[in-house]
Amino acid sequence: MVALGNPAQALDRRSRAGARAPRRRGGAVAYVFLIPWLIGVIGITLGPMLASLYLSFTDYRLGSTPSWVGAANYVRLFTQDDRFIASAGVTARYVLVSVPLQLVFALAIAVLLDRGVRGLAIYRSIYYLPSLLGSSVAVAVLWRQIFSSQGLVVQVADWFGITMGGWIADPAHALDTLIVLNVWTFGSPMVIFLAGLRQIPNDLVEAARVDGAGALRRFWSVILPLLSPVVFFNLVLQLIGAFQAFTPAYIISSGTGGPADSTLFYSLYLFQSGFQAFNMGYASAMAWILFIVIGAFTAVNFIASKYWVHYET
Amino acid sequence: MTWATSQGWKHLLLLGFGFVMIYPLIWMFVKSLTPSATLDAALSFDGLTFENYIEGWTSLTVPFGRFMANSMLVAVLCIVGNLASCTLAAYAFARLQFRLRGPLFGLMLATIMLPFHVTIVPQYILFHTLGWINTYVPLVLPKFLAVESFFVFLMVQFIRGIPRTLDDAAALDGCGPFRTFFRVILPLCIPAIGVTTVFTFIWTWNDFFTPLLYLSKPDLYTVPVGLSTFQDSTGLSNYGALFAMSILSLVPVFIVFLFAQRALTRGIATTGIK
Repeated sequence: MVALGNPAQALDRRSRAGARAPRRRGGAVAYVFLIPWLIGVIGITLGPMLASLYLSFTDYRLGSTPSWVGAANYVRLFTQDDRFIASAGVTARYVLVSVPLQLVFALAIAVLLDRGVRGLAIYRSIYYLPSLLGSSVAVAVLWRQIFSSQGLVVQVADWFGITMGGWIADPAHALDTLIVLNVWTFGSPMVIFLAGLRQIPNDLVEAARVDGAGALRRFWSVILPLLSPVVFFNLVLQLIGAFQAFTPAYIISSGTGGPADSTLFYSLYLFQSGFQAFNMGYASAMAWILFIVIGAFTAVNFIASKYWVHYET
Repeated sequence: MTWATSQGWKHLLLLGFGFVMIYPLIWMFVKSLTPSATLDAALSFDGLTFENYIEGWTSLTVPFGRFMANSMLVAVLCIVGNLASCTLAAYAFARLQFRLRGPLFGLMLATIMLPFHVTIVPQYILFHTLGWINTYVPLVLPKFLAVESFFVFLMVQFIRGIPRTLDDAAALDGCGPFRTFFRVILPLCIPAIGVTTVFTFIWTWNDFFTPLLYLSKPDLYTVPVGLSTFQDSTGLSNYGALFAMSILSLVPVFIVFLFAQRALTRGIATTGIK
């Protein structure tokens, strides 16, 4: 009892205690601790998931009774709805362009910051701040102004002798503003990269240097393979996030997805269908398609990761 | 190249690029203080004034301060909810043995990746049926039910790092799971509680979608919805005031950022939440 009452000695016994047979504490009492989570997962997650799967096969407007229409919503989405196709295309471009760019920036800056840079904390803060603010309405408002026809970006381009119009009103470029916004928030994957880089043992990198490997070679052959689990983690995370983007497109287009549906993110079209046109069955079908696409992307990612992600054994 | 010059170049690069990153925010800040701001990018520091702030604060039928107070209330309730529900669930997953632990833990992890779209329509119908539109219940209740599984996961990871011998000591001293949780585990979870508090605050403060969905009375608006109606009502005519309110809306996040940088970066590095 005396020994156990002393935290320091209790800590010393950690390894022995860990080897003991599994504890029998818990049982029914565990579910008491889990009550809020269980209510949440059943009532607000799984229940609604099943309900939305059902609704996706119905024609349903708030206040009416759902009428079963089979796969009609899905058929209509893929064969008759140009805006759906447009929104899928917009989101695909957004995801496929902004996520890789964001990760490249994140990795490049993380590598620069990794070893022996003075003022690391200050740089990390500067680069990380946009990630915190990036999803806010205020920054979307700002973006709308700086990419408008008289905005900051046009002015700066003008200083460099480049003539360009505002991107916000231009269907060919409006989406690019949103891509730039997402790339701008590379700070959070950067912080994860920094934590990963810190895990890489210095002697491996030094050994490569002694063997005559230059900086690029050390990066490609030593650092990147060792960092690949973190690259994978960031990739999965940012992909899932980008597929679901909503706020910046809503603010920049005033909720329309314009000009000419060029910023009609999938989330935005789903919102319009479900909560402005109140076609809730239709919106549910859209939600399930997105769910399947994200699931498939993630699964492909996991399968492909076997070939390029190296885990130390 | 010597070490000193290569370091010099590095700093120049990092500072230059960092400045480009931050410049839009500086620009908005200065514009918010410029009288009758125009879209011209040239910044002028002549005659800076707070008139945009005064105008923005009062020009809507609902004063902007109301939105700030609403947001603050919602954020505090969400923090309380997340802390209460997530620590309880995490303790059960990290420390207690029960038959369905494996499958339920897997389910908890799976819900982290779930896009909100697959639940949002029935959730809306549910809250609508219960008469909770234009109340804060749809914004707050899910937090009390640990719907944000990131935080459960974060806490589980954290509690696993606490030596089990402490639990054993408590058990020998006659503590049941509840006393062990409140007396031993919870006080040691303060860093994880800090991370959860900070992220819940920032996410709730920035959240636009949920209040957009559930709130239609201007009295109830949180800051992001208030800001978006402000943008629509003023258009391009008075964006000095719009910028002023935008800056104000960022201030609480910025303050949290200043005071909790270490908690923030640690939180991201371990779980990937942003």
